[in-house]
Order: sequence, then structure tokens, then C-alpha cells
Amino acid sequence: MSRYRIAVHIVPRRGILDPQGKTVADALHTLGFGSVRDVHVGRHIVVDLEARDQKAAEQSTRDMCERLLANPVTEDFEIASVEAT
Amino acid sequence: MKFGIVTFPGSNCDYDAYQAVVEKLGEDATFLWHKDHDLHESDVIVLPGGFSYGDYLRAGAIARFSPVMQDVIGFAKRGGPVLAICNGFQIACEAGLLPGALLRNTSLKFVCETVRLRIETTDTMFTNRYERGAVLRVPIAHGDGRYTADDATLDKLEGEGRVVFRYLGGPGDADEWWSPNGSMRSIAGIVNDAGNVLGMMPHPERAVDPLLGSEDGLGIFESMLARVTA
Repeated sequence: MSRYRIAVHIVPRRGILDPQGKTVADALHTLGFGSVRDVHVGRHIVVDLEARDQKAAEQSTRDMCERLLANPVTEDFEIASVEAT
Repeated sequence: MKFGIVTFPGSNCDYDAYQAVVEKLGEDATFLWHKDHDLHESDVIVLPGGFSYGDYLRAGAIARFSPVMQDVIGFAKRGGPVLAICNGFQIACEAGLLPGALLRNTSLKFVCETVRLRIETTDTMFTNRYERGAVLRVPIAHGDGRYTADDATLDKLEGEGRVVFRYLGGPGDADEWWSPNGSMRSIAGIVNDAGNVLGMMPHPERAVDPLLGSEDGLGIFESMLARVTA
């Protein structure tokens, strides 16, 4: 077994009202970042786990996202990085 | 008739529900511990309000996997009545007992106030003691109450008469549908496909006595009593 550190991004699904993202975008506009078109605020989760290989580690993390880490009704997730540790 | 009221770490309306059942309805109630696999032969399960597991990750996301919930899910699938209030509604959605999800209020603020609710259907085991279109005064207290589902799900809920309560009126325009949290189509409460699980953000257990400012919520408990003991 090897050890992996996997980071996951979870964001509100496009099309679902994201008042937090909108508030942050408004604040950025106030600060003068007029080029900002859209902001979405989500979660960044880092999981340390043991797995046979990288493929198994990623599959296991995807299962975690589908069952607990992300809400399939309102959120999308993606694996942001995988690192052997 | 016995009400089983689940206590999760962070539940804070379990005693309110207990008082409503025992003192106002005059029925039995017992607390069900989240770590047990024992529903104590309850006839009805109440998933009470609160902040189970500190709302970590998402409201209700972790409570849904607690030991007692596996029994509650089995009970609901067998047709057992489940009243899921506030955090209970969030847990029931996470558990897949009800469709949709409850997201952060559009205002990003916790709302704590008495709202008006309209009874959209009396054809449920939770509302048979009311009149259709009746308006109730019931408190809400939540930060994550924005009912959200895709259009197909919302159309299905409406088409099948499963929207039980809507928020009514609001500042400025009493006749407009309005929601204090940004809920889609002003939905405050729904039932599942089989009609035995009710999820609602407002707190009927906090509106059971004139001293509390309203007793409009008692009818939900009376409706369940009338149906379950019939």
C-alpha cells in the first residue's frame, strides 16, 4: 500500500444561486477589480489515504465525494491534485 | 401513541418536541439516542431541529450516517411516519428520504422570526386537521433553509400535491408569495412520494401554546394522532 494526499474542489453547481459567490464578487468590484465577471465559493478538502496505487486512491476519493463530501443535488466536485506522500 | 424523538449531538429542539407531544398532545414520547440502533417501538419518529454535528460539511450531511438514522430510514421505507423539522428536514434530504436540498439563505443571514404559512394540501397525515388554504403563524430559525431542487422535481412535487406549506406574504406585499430564505417557489414543507415523511423548515413544536405566541402548529401533531390511531 502507498500513501496519497488528494485535494478535492467542491463548488456549487452552475445555475444554482450562489449568494456567497455573488457577495464576494460585489466586494471585489468595490475594491476596483472591475474585470471580475463571476465568483463561486466552494470547499477545498484534503484527504490523506492509503491505497494500492494512484488509480485506486482516486477512485476511492470519488466514492467519498459521491457519498458524503459533495451533495449530488447541488454541488459538483473535481479532484484538484494527487500527490504520493 | 408513542413519538420517538431523535437526539443527535447538537440537536436543540428535541425537548421542545417532547413538551409538545407530552404536555399539549397528551401522548407518550421518548428520546432516541443517535448511537443506538433502537427505535423503542415508536409509532412516529421526529427528527428535531438543531445543529447536528455542528452543521460540519453541510447541514445534515453527517447526521444522516449516524447509527439511528439507518433504522429511521428503514422505518420510513416501511411507511412509518416521520416528522422532520428544520435540521431534521436537512437530514431527511441528505438521507434521500425527501428530494432536493436546503442551501444557505439567500440573505446569508440566520433568520429567526414568526412567519405565515399557507396549508397547500390537507390530504396528508400531517395536515388533515386543518382547512385547505388556512394560514398558520409559526416561527422559523435557520441559516440554511433555501429549498432547492431542479425544475422537474419542483413540477413533480406541485403536480402530485406534495408541497404542503408555502411561506405567505412578506414585507410590503402580503399577497405575493414570498420566502424568508430564498426557497424556490416559496416552499416551506414537502412530503415524500408515499406521503409518510414530512420535511418542513418552520417549527410547529414551538407554536403549541398561546404563551409561545401561537398554537397553530399543534394541528400537525393532532393530524398525525388522528391518522396513526385511526
